[in-house]
Parts: sequence; structure tokens; C-alpha cells
Amino acid sequence: MRTLIFRAIAPYLTALMLLFSIFVTLRGHNEPGGGFIGGLLAASAFALYGIAFGVPEARRAMWFHPISVAGTGLLLSAISGLPSFFRGTPYLTGIWTTAPVFHFDVATIILFDLGVYLVVAGAFASIALALEDNGER
Amino acid sequence: MNQGTEAALLIALGFPFVGALLAPLVMLRFPRGGPWLLALAPTFAFITFAAQIGTVSSGNALVGGLPWIPSLDVGLSWYIDGLALAFALLVSGIGILIVLYAGGYLKGHPHHSRFMSFLLLFMGAMQGLVVADGFLTLFVFWELTSITSFLLIGFDHQREASRRAALQALVVTGMGGLALLAGLVTIGMATTTDTLSGLLANPDVLRSSALYVPALILILLAAFTKSAQFPFHFWLPNAMEAPTPVSAYLHSATMVKAGVYLLMRLNPVMGDTVLWETILPLFGGATLLVGSVLALRQSDLKLMLAYTTIGSLGLLVMLTGFGTETAVLGAVLYLIAHALFKGTLFMVVGILDHETGTRRIEDLRGLRSAMPLTFVAALGAGLSMAGIPLFTGFLAKETIYEALLAGGDAWSLLVLIVIILGNAAMAAVGLAVGLTPFTGSLRPTPQAPHEGPVLLWLGPVTLATFGLALALLSSAFYGAFADPMASAVAGLAVENHASPFPHVSLAFGLSLLTLAIGVAFYLGLQGMRRSIGGVLTAFGWGPDRGFDQVMRGLVTLSVRVTGVVQSGRLDVYITVAFVVVAAALWMPMLLTGELPVLPSIPQLLLHEWAVLLVAVVGLYAVVRTRNRLTAIVSLGIQGFAVALLFLLMGAPDLSFTQFMVETLSVVILALVMTRIRLEPTDHRPWNEKLLDGSIAILCGLGFGLLLLKVTQGTFDAALSAFFSANARIIAHGRNVVNVIIVDFRGFDTLGEIAVVTITGLAILAIIRIGTPQAKQEDRT
Repeated sequence: MRTLIFRAIAPYLTALMLLFSIFVTLRGHNEPGGGFIGGLLAASAFALYGIAFGVPEARRAMWFHPISVAGTGLLLSAISGLPSFFRGTPYLTGIWTTAPVFHFDVATIILFDLGVYLVVAGAFASIALALEDNGER
Repeated sequence: MNQGTEAALLIALGFPFVGALLAPLVMLRFPRGGPWLLALAPTFAFITFAAQIGTVSSGNALVGGLPWIPSLDVGLSWYIDGLALAFALLVSGIGILIVLYAGGYLKGHPHHSRFMSFLLLFMGAMQGLVVADGFLTLFVFWELTSITSFLLIGFDHQREASRRAALQALVVTGMGGLALLAGLVTIGMATTTDTLSGLLANPDVLRSSALYVPALILILLAAFTKSAQFPFHFWLPNAMEAPTPVSAYLHSATMVKAGVYLLMRLNPVMGDTVLWETILPLFGGATLLVGSVLALRQSDLKLMLAYTTIGSLGLLVMLTGFGTETAVLGAVLYLIAHALFKGTLFMVVGILDHETGTRRIEDLRGLRSAMPLTFVAALGAGLSMAGIPLFTGFLAKETIYEALLAGGDAWSLLVLIVIILGNAAMAAVGLAVGLTPFTGSLRPTPQAPHEGPVLLWLGPVTLATFGLALALLSSAFYGAFADPMASAVAGLAVENHASPFPHVSLAFGLSLLTLAIGVAFYLGLQGMRRSIGGVLTAFGWGPDRGFDQVMRGLVTLSVRVTGVVQSGRLDVYITVAFVVVAAALWMPMLLTGELPVLPSIPQLLLHEWAVLLVAVVGLYAVVRTRNRLTAIVSLGIQGFAVALLFLLMGAPDLSFTQFMVETLSVVILALVMTRIRLEPTDHRPWNEKLLDGSIAILCGLGFGLLLLKVTQGTFDAALSAFFSANARIIAHGRNVVNVIIVDFRGFDTLGEIAVVTITGLAILAIIRIGTPQAKQEDRT
């Protein structure tokens, strides 16, 4: 698998896919996309990188263990529902506000979707990397 | 009821639990005064309950509670009538003394504070149980008493006997708890009520219901296991492994009476039938005889008391089921008298054990001058147990005999004889515990005997005093306490009239006869002990050993079942899973006969036909190829074609996700294949191929038909109309699919991503177990 062409192109492809995955996640509210599909894209990016350069290199590049990324995402999603308590609305009710500069809408929903993105990316990347890995964790 | 009373009752019910939470802190901070502080919890409850005597004795019942899930009508609720109040007063009143007694008894024990905590926890559970109104409240507190009892019996957890006794009590009473739950559900189905007050308001509904017999059997199972009726009596003597304060409180005065309480509570709605009036006296009588006979063979004072407790519980069940109002009066008086004298005697035995180092009846003589206060308490309680005039035990016995003499038929006579024999045996034990250790000349004991500290003797002396005082002030006692309780049990107003003083009547003559037989038993105790012991040894088998056999059988059975069900082979598991999937898909359609109408061939455009062709070619390759890797990739081709179809049919989100899922599936499947070192080609024999192929075709076909059926049904567009209309307005998003996922149904998504995370963790763990390196680490 590790042909020269593949190895030469893999870093650019991974970077592009990661960037695209974030783009897909953020635009998900209005156009096709969202946290789940974004997370899958990111996971494939890491899997690709792992196939090209070996798992230890991929893990070094990721910096965090993928399963902790998933855990962080779950925490983020769960926390994003808490502010609604202060409004007296049910758990996970979205709160919207307009940013003071640039005047675009921001919401707790975006945090929730980012949590979904991290969970999916982390969980699938950790499965894929662990499977690619022969012997070591 | 005014709000102040309601708040006070709520605090009274919750205080023991708070006390249990704080007990470790309190005992650490105030090692000396701790027990006194903790006794505040039952004291507050006792005062609160005592303040209700006026209301309740005039025939009213207090109803109240705290809602939890109002839509399901679930919450904490209480119904305090004469029966509940009498029990609540016993539980909290004796509770005060037991907390103090335990403070002295376990002083210096490394886990003293833990013990106090468990004790208060139990107290709270027992209080809740006796005042509960809602079935759910009743069941929760019932189970809580079983669990706290498990903790208390197994308190000395380093001894195997304690652990076994605790487990045994939990298994037996836990089984009863399940029966109670089923019984309450059955009663609820039969009467469409879920409160005791509702049940008591219409007493005849349950009796005339078709579900009466199953409900009765379940309720009796619950009551008999809890109140140690034959043949479930064996757990109670074993529970004597617990420290003595526990035995005095749980296993004589309170918890074991919960079963009797249940029977008394339901007597107005379940009693007065042939079944009730046959089963209860039968089992009660057997229990009374077994308990009395076994009590006489013991030489350990605590075990003697334990077996007479079984006998007393049998007597109570017998009287509850006898069916006359006077019998109920006798049962109520006996219950109160028994709580007082048995609690006292257990505590006395605890003091003897604590201060002399032994509780064998052969070793204890002549302690009257060394332990005068203990002697007074023991004597008072022993005489009450023997049924000597002036004591509450006498009142109870008089009333019981009167009730049975009123019957006049053979059945009453039989019951009477059984009760006289049982009472005589209990009188003998009462005298043996109350007199023998204190009379005669002093014998050497492991420790030099001396009076215990105030914390120890306060409880038994107080209880023994009550046992005398309540009888002497019998008219006040009846009016405030015993009559309301008996009226609640009988279901109509009844009144006591037994007098504590000797008088000329047939009942008094029977009392004297009982006492005479009792004294004869007492004098011949040593000989009887030997002969009963001989018979039992010759017989060998008993329910206690039977319990062990059942438990061993359960373990063996579960090992075998697990061996069959859990083969450990992945292909078996997957086959089973897919067979179930196929059944779930086909069964509803076949059973209702609603197979979908096959649609006509659709008018597709050329490029749509082309995509469909790609999918079919992909599938053909999957089936035809001999190489597994080719098969996996071909499956991916088919998936991509489906994703393209989604795109063409106007579901870009779905298509997008499908592409990613297919890509990752191919990657991960290929990785798994190399990982578990499968051979590149498939070598299944033809019969396996046939089976797997059939299951696969059934699953696929079933799913396809189901989808067809669903799309052919009428489609309720209410939800999708709502989502499309409101996605922009409420959730500020134009992509309806995403808005549903992250906003409208965000909580579902939270659950789903939790599942994804856990699945990731689980797969990681499975992979790590399989790695050679991890195995090496395990070895080193």
C-alpha cells in the first residue's frame, strides 16, 4: 500500500479532508452536512494517514488518544445542554444569540454538534487505528 | 391534616436517613455523646407519632405524602390509622432504646459508627414500611428493610457464618419481596387501586375478585418469609449471628413482625374467607410448635429466644387468621407484649454476654447481686413472657384463651391445645432466661461479672417497666393504643376488656394450666434438651440444609445453562442474532397476513438504471468471488451505488453519510480480516453455505418487504410538516435533517453518541486483549 505516490499525497489529502470535515460540520445547520458526517470524514482522514505512515506516526500526529477525543466530545455535548437550565427551559434546549462582531448567529447547538463530531471522529479513528496496528496499542 | 403535622411527619420519616448519613461524623466527633445525639432521630419520630394518638384513637386516619411523579401517581404517601400508629410507636420507641444500647454494646468496636449508620437506616425503612399507603411506597420500604437487615446480620463480615446468615436472610426475604411485588400488582389489577387506604375503603372488592387466590398466595409467601413461618423459619435463628442489638430490634420487635403487619393490614380485605382462616392457623400452628420445641433444645440463651420468637410469630399468624374479633384483640395485645418482653430479654442476654463473656445457660448462675438492674429487667420480662398476672403478657394470654373458648367447636379446641403447648414452652424459656442465670450460687465465668454501664441497662429496664405499667394502666393503654390498632385489624370498632388481676374464669384456669405445664417444662429442661437433640440428630435433614442444597443446585443449573447458551463461538452468536432479525421482520407480516402488494416496475431514467446495474454487479461479485478481500470491496461497490441512488432521489444528507459509512466499512472490514488472520478464501462446507445463505436471503428479503409495506401504508405527515415548518423559526436552521438530529431530538442524539463512545471503548478493549504483546505483559 505504501507506494511513493500514496505517501507523497497522503499528508495533503489528510489535511484537506480534516479541513473539509470541519467545514461540513459547521455548515450542517443550513446545508447538507453536520457533526456525524464530519466526524466520519475526520476518522477516514486519520485512517488514511495511519495507512500511509504507520500507526505510531498517526498517533503522534493526533497528539491525543482518539478515545479521549471521543470522551471529550461526549462531555462537550452533555455540557452544551446545561445553559438552558438558567433559562428555565428543558435540558438541551438551544440558546441562540447574535455575536457582537460580524453579526452572525451563535448557539449552544453548535457546541452540541461539535461534540457529536468529536465523538464520531474519536471513536472511529480509535477503532481503525487499533485495527491497523499490529501488536502495539 | 394541618401543614405543621404533615411537615413533622415528613421530618420524622426522613430524620433516621439523615442520621444514618451523619452517623460516622457524629461518632467520630463525639465518641461519648454520639449515641445520645443519634437517638434524637427516633426520639423526634416517637414524639411526632405520639402526638397523633389523640386524632387516631378517635377513629380518624392521617393521610398525606410527597408527590414524586404526579402523572403516574407515584410518590411517598402515608396512611396512619391505629395499626400503623401502634407499629410506628413501637419502631421509634424501641428504636430510641436500641440506639442507646448499641452505643454501649459496640463501644470501642472499630466499625462502631458504621453499625450505628446501618441501624438508623433500618429504622427509617421500618418506619416507612408501617406507615406506607401507596403500594410502591410499601414495596420500596419492605425491600429496604431486607437490604438493611442483610447489612446488619453480615456486620461481622469477616466470619463466614455471618456472611452465610446474611445471604440466607437476604435470599429468603428477598424472594418474599418479589412475591410481595407480584401480589401488590395482582391486587392492583383486581381492585384498580394502588393504595392501602383505597383498598380498605372498599373491603369486599378483592375478596369477590377472580384474582383473590393468586393474590392471597403471593401475599402469604411474602408475609411468611418475612415473619419466618415454617418452612421458611430457618433464616431467623441463623440471623442471630448479628450483634445482639440487631437481634433485639430486628429479629424480635420489628422487622420479623413486618409479615404479621402485612397480614393484619390486609385482614379486613383478604380475611373472612375459608382459605384465609385455614391456611393461616395451619402454618401459624406448625410454626408455633416447631419454634417451641426447637427453643427447648437450645442451651445458648440467644438461640432459645430466637426460636421462641419463631413460635410467637406463628402464634400471631394463627390468631390473625382465626377470624374472630376477640382473636384479633388477643393478637394485638400479644404483639405489643411480645415486642416489650422479647426486646428486653434479648438486651439482657446481650448484657450477660458482654459482661461475663458467655451466654450458655449452663455457665450462668447467681448473678443477681452482681447485676441487680439487669436481673430486675430480666425478671420483669421473663414473668411477662410466662404470662404471670399484672404483666402485659398475661393480658394477651387471657384474651387469646377467651377468644378460643368462645369458638366451642373441634377446630377451636385443636387451636387451643396447640397454643397452650406453645405458650407453656415459651413460659419455660421465659423463666429460664429471666431466672436461671441470676439464681443459685455464682459460677465462674470467662470475665468477672459486673453491672453494665447505663447505656446497656437503660433499654431493658425501660422496656420491662413498660411491660408492667401498660398492664397496670390497662384502660388507658387500651384506649390510646390497643383498641385503635385492633379496630384497624378487625375492620370494625372493637374494645379490650381483659384485666391484669387474677379473677375466677375458665380463661384464667387455662392460664394456670399453661403456667403449670410451663414450670414442668422448665424443671425438666435439661432432659428435654437431650432427647429433642437426639431426635433431631437422628433425623439429620432440615430446611437449613435444604437451603444449601437449593443454592448449590442453582449454581450448578446456571453453570450448565451458561455452558449451553454461551458457546463462545462468534459464528453461533451471529447466526442466532440474524435468525432473530429475520423472525422479527417476517413474523408480524406473516401473522397478520399483511404482505405488501408487489409494485409495478417503475419508470426510471437511463442513468438511474445504470446505477442500479452497478449495485447488482457489485452484489454478483460478492457472491461469486472466492477471495474475501474482493468480496468486501464488491460490497462497497454495491453500497456506493445505493448512495448514488439516494443522491439522485433527493436525499443528499443520507447519501453523503452513506458514502462515508461505506468507505469506513470497507477499510475496517479489510483491517479486521487481516487482524484475525482469516484465510483469503472461504472454505465453508456446502451445508453451512446453504444455512448462512438462507438466513441472509431471508433477512434481505424481509427488510425489503417491510420497507415496501411501510411505504405503501398511509403516511402521517404531521411530524415532517411540523419539522419543515418550524426548523427555520424555532431552531434557526434550514437543513431539517440536521436540525432534527441536534435540536428537536437532541436528547436522542446524546444517547446515541454515548453508545458510539462506549462501543469504541469496547472494541478497543477487545482488540487489546487479542494482541500478543498484551498477553506477554500479562504473563510477566
